[in-house]
Amino acid sequence: MEAHVEVRNLNVYYGYDQALKNINLQIPKRQITVIMGPSGCGKTTLLKSLNRFLELEDLARLDGEVLIDGENIYAPQMDVTEIRKKTGLLAQRPHPLPMSIYDNVAYGLRIHRMCKKGHQLDAKVQHYLEEAGLWGEVKDRLHAPASGLSIGQQQRLCLARGLAVEPEILLGDEPTSALDPISAQHIEKRLQALKNEYTIVLVTHILRQAKRLADYVIFMYLGELIEFGPAAQVFEQPQQEKTRAYLEGQF
Amino acid sequence: MKRRHVEEGIMKLLMLFSYTLLIAGLGLVLLTVLVKGLPALNLAMVTQVPKGGYYLGKEGGILNAILGSLYLAAGGTLLALVFSLPISLYLQAYVRRSPWAGYVRLTLDVMWGIPSIVYGAFGFIVLLAMGMRASLLGGILVLALLELPIMTRAMDEVIRMMPTDLEKASFALGSTRLETALKVVTRQMLPGIITAILLAFGRGIGDAASVLFVAGYTDRIPTSLFRPVASLPLAVFFQLGTPFPEVQQRAYAAALLLTLIILATSLGARWLAGRLGKFTIR
Repeated sequence: MEAHVEVRNLNVYYGYDQALKNINLQIPKRQITVIMGPSGCGKTTLLKSLNRFLELEDLARLDGEVLIDGENIYAPQMDVTEIRKKTGLLAQRPHPLPMSIYDNVAYGLRIHRMCKKGHQLDAKVQHYLEEAGLWGEVKDRLHAPASGLSIGQQQRLCLARGLAVEPEILLGDEPTSALDPISAQHIEKRLQALKNEYTIVLVTHILRQAKRLADYVIFMYLGELIEFGPAAQVFEQPQQEKTRAYLEGQF
Repeated sequence: MKRRHVEEGIMKLLMLFSYTLLIAGLGLVLLTVLVKGLPALNLAMVTQVPKGGYYLGKEGGILNAILGSLYLAAGGTLLALVFSLPISLYLQAYVRRSPWAGYVRLTLDVMWGIPSIVYGAFGFIVLLAMGMRASLLGGILVLALLELPIMTRAMDEVIRMMPTDLEKASFALGSTRLETALKVVTRQMLPGIITAILLAFGRGIGDAASVLFVAGYTDRIPTSLFRPVASLPLAVFFQLGTPFPEVQQRAYAAALLLTLIILATSLGARWLAGRLGKFTIR
């Protein structure tokens, strides 16, 4: 297994509460790693520490290291915008930007000056909308407001928007939890297709979804990393009593 | 009938009463201005400056005051905008709920509460100290000062309604706070920002006390920033103060014009805000 992300001695505090306790783990390249565990176990906190989103919270404090491609993203000389460009995020609910469908995808390309010419921009927007499985539904109304799309379509738009800045890692924070079953299935299919090119880290509390998607599994409980390993191993032969109990639905 | 239904009935009546009072007030004001001002309104009013003896009832118009008011209010609003947009964006993007933001907001609220005549008097003293006279520039500066707190606080309220998740979505794509403020926050808030600008413009163009000393009054259309300038509120004030009924009638015509200008800006801004609001995330 080739590690893409490595977490070393990570502790996170919100005020006086410790949300993550000495986490050490490695996230493999171009695989889907699923973080699971009961509510309040620190899944989302762990995810947010991977794109330095924690520092947007007022009371959050962090020590330890998170290495992406061997570089500590919390080192002082690191540019936070570069880190976030490298790590796309799919939030729980889609939040399209207040602009047209086209401009939503073009936004990242423009701020990072990734396109020199206009027609290149058109081609890239189309490409990423296709990648996200949305092109067919929106190709005739690219300049309509993004807020007019259904929630499921909005989430795919957010996926296209995230892919457009050419990240290496995709973070998903329960990206299907606000969606209807069909839209959720759509997103899951896209993620499976995308794992050949991207390292995907997914937070979910839906056990079936974890089983459908995971190559690797991180199981967390009350801020601690309980178990980490290949999906088959964790699901079939969990090493820890707590993992077994969770898989059996005890909490 | 049950007691709760009676209560609800009474409340509904009260609300209806207040609303009627509000509409009636507006209607009466408009009616007075229309009835008294319309007969005096003619083409000369809006195309000519006062000629000799105008204030005794002879020929001329108030083009000087119409243009003067537009210059003053437009200049003041523009200048206020140059400061208030950065202040409100700064409050949102950088300081948020820190004590600093509190001090800035308190300052603005205090500024809002200062009567406009005080701004006028203050501006007058400053002009004197600088060896300047009542001028268009002086009027613009004082109006900007008057409009700044209104515009900034209105924008601040609008920007505070900004969903934070939208900003996070922009951050997640690797944009800086500045890019997020300029390209996402501003866009989302554009309809509200336009309303804030309009609010300030309306206050500026309708204010007489602040420009009384610093902008002066003249029968000419100003040709430079350093000349005195007339304004509609003062045109109303001076004409109403004459003993001649026909001149007093012209005061109502001037008031009607002022009302029409504000109405037109208001409707125009609404239309614009509606168009721009198409992309707003609700």
